Amino acid sequence: MKSTRRSAAIAAVLAGVLAAGTACSSDDSGGSGEITLTVDTFGSFGYEELFTQYEKDNPGIKIEHRNEKEHEKVYVPNLLKYLETGSGAGDVVALEEGVLTNLRGQATKFVDLNQYGGAELKDDFLPWKWSLGQSLDGKSLMALGTDVGGLAMCYRTDLFEKAGLPTDRTEVAKLWPTWESYVDTGKKFQEKVPNTKFVDGLTTLFNAVLSQEAPKNGNVTYFDASDKYIADTNPAVKSAFDFVSGLDEQQLSAGLKSFTPQWQTGFKKDSFATMACPAWMLGVIKENSGDTYDDKWDVAAVPGGGGNWGGSFLAVPKQSEHPKEAADLAKFLTSAKSQITAFKAVNALPTSPEALADPEVKDAKNEYFNDAPVGEIFATTATSLQPVQLGVKNVDVRTVFEDILVALGQDKLSADEAWKKAVEDGRDKAE
Amino acid sequence: MLDVSKRPAAAPAPPADKAPRSRRSTWFDLKATPYLLVSPYFILFSVFGLFPLGFTVWVSLHDWELAGDREWIGLENYTALLQDGEFWNSVLNTVGMFVLATIPQLILALMLANALNKRMRLRLLYRLGVLVPMVTSVVAVAVVFGQLFARDYGFVNWLLRTDGLDWTADKWSSWTAISVMVDWRWTGYNALIYLAAMQAIPRDLYEAASIDGASSRRQFWQITIPMLKPAIVFTTITSTIGGLSLFTEPVMFAQGDVGGGSLGQFQTVAMYMYENAFRHFDYGYASAVAWMLFMMILLVCFFSFLFTRRIGGEK
Repeated sequence: MKSTRRSAAIAAVLAGVLAAGTACSSDDSGGSGEITLTVDTFGSFGYEELFTQYEKDNPGIKIEHRNEKEHEKVYVPNLLKYLETGSGAGDVVALEEGVLTNLRGQATKFVDLNQYGGAELKDDFLPWKWSLGQSLDGKSLMALGTDVGGLAMCYRTDLFEKAGLPTDRTEVAKLWPTWESYVDTGKKFQEKVPNTKFVDGLTTLFNAVLSQEAPKNGNVTYFDASDKYIADTNPAVKSAFDFVSGLDEQQLSAGLKSFTPQWQTGFKKDSFATMACPAWMLGVIKENSGDTYDDKWDVAAVPGGGGNWGGSFLAVPKQSEHPKEAADLAKFLTSAKSQITAFKAVNALPTSPEALADPEVKDAKNEYFNDAPVGEIFATTATSLQPVQLGVKNVDVRTVFEDILVALGQDKLSADEAWKKAVEDGRDKAE
Repeated sequence: MLDVSKRPAAAPAPPADKAPRSRRSTWFDLKATPYLLVSPYFILFSVFGLFPLGFTVWVSLHDWELAGDREWIGLENYTALLQDGEFWNSVLNTVGMFVLATIPQLILALMLANALNKRMRLRLLYRLGVLVPMVTSVVAVAVVFGQLFARDYGFVNWLLRTDGLDWTADKWSSWTAISVMVDWRWTGYNALIYLAAMQAIPRDLYEAASIDGASSRRQFWQITIPMLKPAIVFTTITSTIGGLSLFTEPVMFAQGDVGGGSLGQFQTVAMYMYENAFRHFDYGYASAVAWMLFMMILLVCFFSFLFTRRIGGEK
């Protein structure tokens, strides 16, 4: 009797060990029909309506949307980790152009969309956007473009009125033909409205000015065409940096870093009155500000002429268990029709010539932004935008520069120290 | 005086086996069974503890991409690490926050336990109350503390009248904020351990001391503290391990960024290790950081042990 009990105890213990060993494996593919596709996005893509429609048109497919607001420090590291370790990534993932550039040399990690009829879509995209989606060796189609980033300046009409500045968008644009006059306007503004800063933070403007300066210097920023680190010698980087450090000295910046929770709170607390806004930023502004600020934002031309900042792509990681279905979904989401829907939802400027020419885009007015003719402001310049050539380690270097700009805003570094440190730390990350 | 010499007699010895079983079965029963019964822990420990520990050494001797190429480079990771300013910055931050968080935390826990050990109304409620921080979701903690220590419209800035103070900008301020977070989460846990140990102290010691005229303060220092020594050693060591491998709180304070502030003001060694492994995919270098952290913890634990052993003035 005694020994039976003992062996029972041993058996129970061993069973426990076995259970602990096998508890990790799970199976969620589900037998028949039902497929769940996970879509990873950052910021605002405006896909909610499209997901519902796709699920309705394609019974048996369920879409799980995982959105992360913060891009550089949360979304990108996680995505790279998933790709590196071969599991965890969504079936369709959104890639910002800098990240895509980083990954173009690693085409093996992504499904070649040509296998799923991607090649026929060539004419649906602006030529440069299409070629950015090719892998570095040109053999596979890694990603399809979602939007491009024409540049404008968003401003708060109610706060401008308080400061005695004009509120009409054409007159506002006349206030700042150049960045110098933009700074002057800022000084005037803050004299009247001392509790609100003129600019949200240094990082947003730095990226915007850099995207404007890049075309003047061969369309490159931190890296030249041969991927050599040139942040120290490229006048574009230096002038963008000098501009924002001057802005900091004039105390025009609220010192908020884009896409942080503090920055998001700032929208609702009148922390800042203007913000450089690429087309896709309008959706972000609307989402962060909420209904209370309906019609309080407007869009004017950006000082110093147009620029091209950002714009994204969709890709299907090879680790996806349903590459065909995922590719179909990516094709659907980047189709001209879907691009128009996304434009209407979050002002993501289409990259499809057909969508850009569509009256729904061309003549579009954005209700939230005081009926601003966003189609006219953004779409007309889209075809003339030039792609900025980014280095493989662009995101790493940009993160260094942004961190140091935050430190500059915190008065932890002088402008000189900040520039030297940014260039040096950037070089460390570039190598 | 009480006569304590009369204790109940020891229980009578169990009667000898009347029917001896086979020698082998007895041997198995006496020698093998105990090992068999404790083995699950050791099996799991060697699979999930010992093996990764050894494997990390192996990895740290390579230039090892997370899922890519690897190349033997001997101790190169370690020599690079010793000259790495960012690493030493993270060591400074970790030790700084450890001191700033752990010392007040253990003292506070001791005081809390002493208070909870007294007779009072709703004692159970208070005792359970100290556990609330431990069962609060980490995400909620992050959100709440993020709001409390926010630069604009933050509660702490309002309370201290330090408008516009950016708590993430300086070492002293970020360390303080994170230490508050750590103490909020862990003081109750340590207090409960002390409380349990306090309740195991025989009452008659206090009675005797009272009769001899010792004040309650004297009783605390001369009876409670010496009797708590094993608990104090235990909490010191667990807090040392926890404090030096601090990760969650500073990461939450930075809203999920492992960089720890614009200039690494509060990047801990664990965050630096994570950054190398999962941001730069330098698995070898991260393993070297992990081993340095391990050594550091052993060293600090040893010193804390020496220090706490002297508590109570014993030789």
